[in-house]
Amino acid sequence: MTAKLYIDGREICASEGDVLIDVAADYGIHIPSLCYMRGRPCLGTCRVCSVVVNGSIMPACTARIADGMVVEVAQPEVADMRRALVEANFSEGNHNCPSCEKSGRCELQAVAYEVEMVVSRFPYRFAERERDQTARHIFLERDRCIFCQRCVEFIRDIDTGHKIFAIHGRGTHARIDIDVVLADRMPPEQVREAADICPVGCIIEKGRGYNDPIGKRKFETRSIRDRVLEGDKK
Amino acid sequence: MNIESNKAAFSKEPREENLVTMLWDIQRRNGWISKADVRSLAAILNVSPLDIDETLSFYHFFRSKPSGRHQIYLCDSVIARMNGYDQVRAALERETNCCFGGLSADGLFGLEDTPCIGLSDQEPAMMIGDVVFTGLTPEAVSNIVAQLRAGKLPADIANPNGYDSGTLDYVDAMVVSRIRNQGPVFFKPMRDHHAVLQGVLARHPIEIIDEIAASKLRGRGGAGFPTGLKWRLAHEAEGGQKFIICNADEGEPGTFKDRCLLTRSPRDVLIGMVVAGFAVGARSGILYLRAEYWYLKDYLERHIGECREAGLLGDDILGSGFAFDIRIQMGAGAYICGDETALIESCEGKRGTPRVKPPYPIQSGYLGMPTVVNNVETFAIVSRIVEEGGRWYASMGTEKSSGTRLLSVSGDCARPGIYEIEWGMRLDEVLGMVGASRPMAVQVSGPSGECVSAAKDGGRVFCYSDLSCNGSLMIFDESRDLLGIIRHFMSFFVQESCGICTPCRSGCVDMLTKVDRVIGGKATKQDLEDCNAWGHLMRSTSRCGLGTTAAKPILTTMKSFPELYRDRLAVVDGPILASFDLEKALKGHEDAFRNLVKDNY
Ligand SMILES: Cc1cc2nc3c(=O)[nH]c(=O)nc-3n(C[C@H](O)[C@H](O)[C@H](O)COP(=O)(O)O)c2cc1C
Ligand code: SF4
Ligand code: SF4
Ligand code: SF4
Repeated sequence: MTAKLYIDGREICASEGDVLIDVAADYGIHIPSLCYMRGRPCLGTCRVCSVVVNGSIMPACTARIADGMVVEVAQPEVADMRRALVEANFSEGNHNCPSCEKSGRCELQAVAYEVEMVVSRFPYRFAERERDQTARHIFLERDRCIFCQRCVEFIRDIDTGHKIFAIHGRGTHARIDIDVVLADRMPPEQVREAADICPVGCIIEKGRGYNDPIGKRKFETRSIRDRVLEGDKK
Repeated sequence: MNIESNKAAFSKEPREENLVTMLWDIQRRNGWISKADVRSLAAILNVSPLDIDETLSFYHFFRSKPSGRHQIYLCDSVIARMNGYDQVRAALERETNCCFGGLSADGLFGLEDTPCIGLSDQEPAMMIGDVVFTGLTPEAVSNIVAQLRAGKLPADIANPNGYDSGTLDYVDAMVVSRIRNQGPVFFKPMRDHHAVLQGVLARHPIEIIDEIAASKLRGRGGAGFPTGLKWRLAHEAEGGQKFIICNADEGEPGTFKDRCLLTRSPRDVLIGMVVAGFAVGARSGILYLRAEYWYLKDYLERHIGECREAGLLGDDILGSGFAFDIRIQMGAGAYICGDETALIESCEGKRGTPRVKPPYPIQSGYLGMPTVVNNVETFAIVSRIVEEGGRWYASMGTEKSSGTRLLSVSGDCARPGIYEIEWGMRLDEVLGMVGASRPMAVQVSGPSGECVSAAKDGGRVFCYSDLSCNGSLMIFDESRDLLGIIRHFMSFFVQESCGICTPCRSGCVDMLTKVDRVIGGKATKQDLEDCNAWGHLMRSTSRCGLGTTAAKPILTTMKSFPELYRDRLAVVDGPILASFDLEKALKGHEDAFRNLVKDNY
């Protein structure tokens, strides 16, 4: 059924039950996010796509289109919340972009530019999280993990469907882990896919790196906003 | 432990949903869960070892390191700390020759802290395996430890008369159910559950739902969702099977009413679940019992068994053709598993991660089927509503908050324990009733609730639109260090956040840092403004109720006790920011220097 809704005052028609963040993108309204991937199940972990729906704040990746819905994306208070959530990820880990292999291809970095973050309002923690280099083709630079769960849910062993990545522990003590046996069975394309799907530079492909010169990197040639709006699966 | 012996131990078809139970089985046999156990479970369940570890590492009672022969968990709650926790802790370390977090050299003892274990009216208290010891003193500790050293089992010490673990005597030997008043709804002796259920089965499920709706009952677990509406939606939901879950996780620090209900009126709760099953068309029920209440398990199993024998549960209840049965699922130490969707995940053998909503449990809950989750107290009330009628129930309390509810009262008062109050009672009336002589602050609904001032808020009313209490009521008098209490609450949330969403995982830690700044006299006005703004961020963007309420210890005390913060603010009288810790900053330099010197020579 077709529903009529309003995003920042603009009248929009969409199918009832569709995902708000997709519908917004189709109409040229970019709502940033770090965990959501169009066409895949919503993970609901980063909360960076928070918007105002009928007066209350909710993530646009879980909001479903309903007739008469009134959505505010640009409202300054909620825009600042999105920025704060991006900033929180910088404080929790250690992000030295200039030396990071992911720089220029990193969604966290790109989204940070997009929400006009300058510096984190939260105290930097300088967390010490041990890196894991035991797998043959992948290493985990754990202090950049933002616990989005993409790798946990979307990268599975091809033969068995078993988890290759998983979260150990809970809360602020959580840690991303890798099953070395399964990881060493991953074909090269899947290793690449895992490194690409990680929104930050935590899953790093060994033996490859810093391939694109500064200025020619993914989000420098085309911004994350343009990519999302043009339906690029990132 | 190899695959074969683990496989043999799990006689029934091993399924992923049973993972939490399987982990418990192994741990109860061996004291801990080894890497080899993890690998064998992975092989049995056909998942990767990491998948097992995800669940194992989530729950705080699961141990992936060897435990002491007697693994002791001492309750560390603010109420315990008001009642001699420090002395008991020191006595434990001294008597067992062990430090908290470790094992004694002889391997006999292991010591750990654990958050509130539902005994706030008899703290300090500790668990040793399934057994609890309450009202501890240093002398009691040396006595208990000496007996353990002499080879006695904890159960024999706590239950010297050797009562069977399925009896009320056994439970009573360990914990007291301090029920302080007799109201119209709860703890009725000699109820005829047979007749009650017969009356229900003679009616149409819709009539039962109408009756519950007429009572205007709202859920007692905290959120206050109308029970009749929840059941109606579940009744209408499509699903091959439906499930009823009783939430006995009772994790909110300060509550213990569900423990008393399960101890004194277990049949009320079980019958309430059957009624729900009949109303929505479910055949299976799960009672999710927190691991801290393991000493109730055999007792509850016995009641379930007796209900089956009496035809109140089973394939053909009282000859009506209606089938419903109940199993107990044990938790494993995670406050977040009180959240209904996390609880469902836990019942499915997974980490207790709250689900993304929608869909809600009534649409897609346990195993993806429509599921009703209600609190223990809600089910007990249901059993009375179907007996006395919805109108009877609605005639009590207030217009919008019908009936009565149980309060678990603890802290600084003469008579801690369980009270049944009619909604509409004022705070100062309750404080008078429980004998609080010099109350300063009252924590309503535990850390996730509101801290109110006894002086300013005495006229406030217990009802869903004002003090919508979830059953926890902790009283602090003027001698208490409220900031210390706030800090304790915030560190509780840091430990208990599941960590899947950014605002809560990150925000709890940031808020704790702020409290420390205030306590250390380093906070400025900006810090208080940050608390407001960041608390608002957590409230607005967190995925579940833990994150949305976790800043409340700070936010609500900033409102009710502003002087607490104001008096500690640092005076900015120099060019350096008040928050700047000169000593700490210089210490970094010293450390670095020392390291360099060490490396060079
Ligand atoms: C962090 C958290 C902890 C909770 N703990 C409990 C609990 O221990 N017991 C309970 O009944 N409900 C608890 N709830 C509420 C449940 O999610 C759910 O709303 C309730 O069990 C529904 O039952 P009711 O409608 O009878 O209240 C908790 C919710 C959250 C967010
Ligand atoms: S992961 Fe992204 S944000 Fe972090 S250091 Fe690398 S490029 Fe920067
Ligand atoms: S490793 Fe990358 S993809 Fe996996 S949870 Fe961390 S940030 Fe997300
Ligand atoms: S709010 Fe906290 S407990 Fe709830 S889902 Fe988010 S991280 Fe987990």
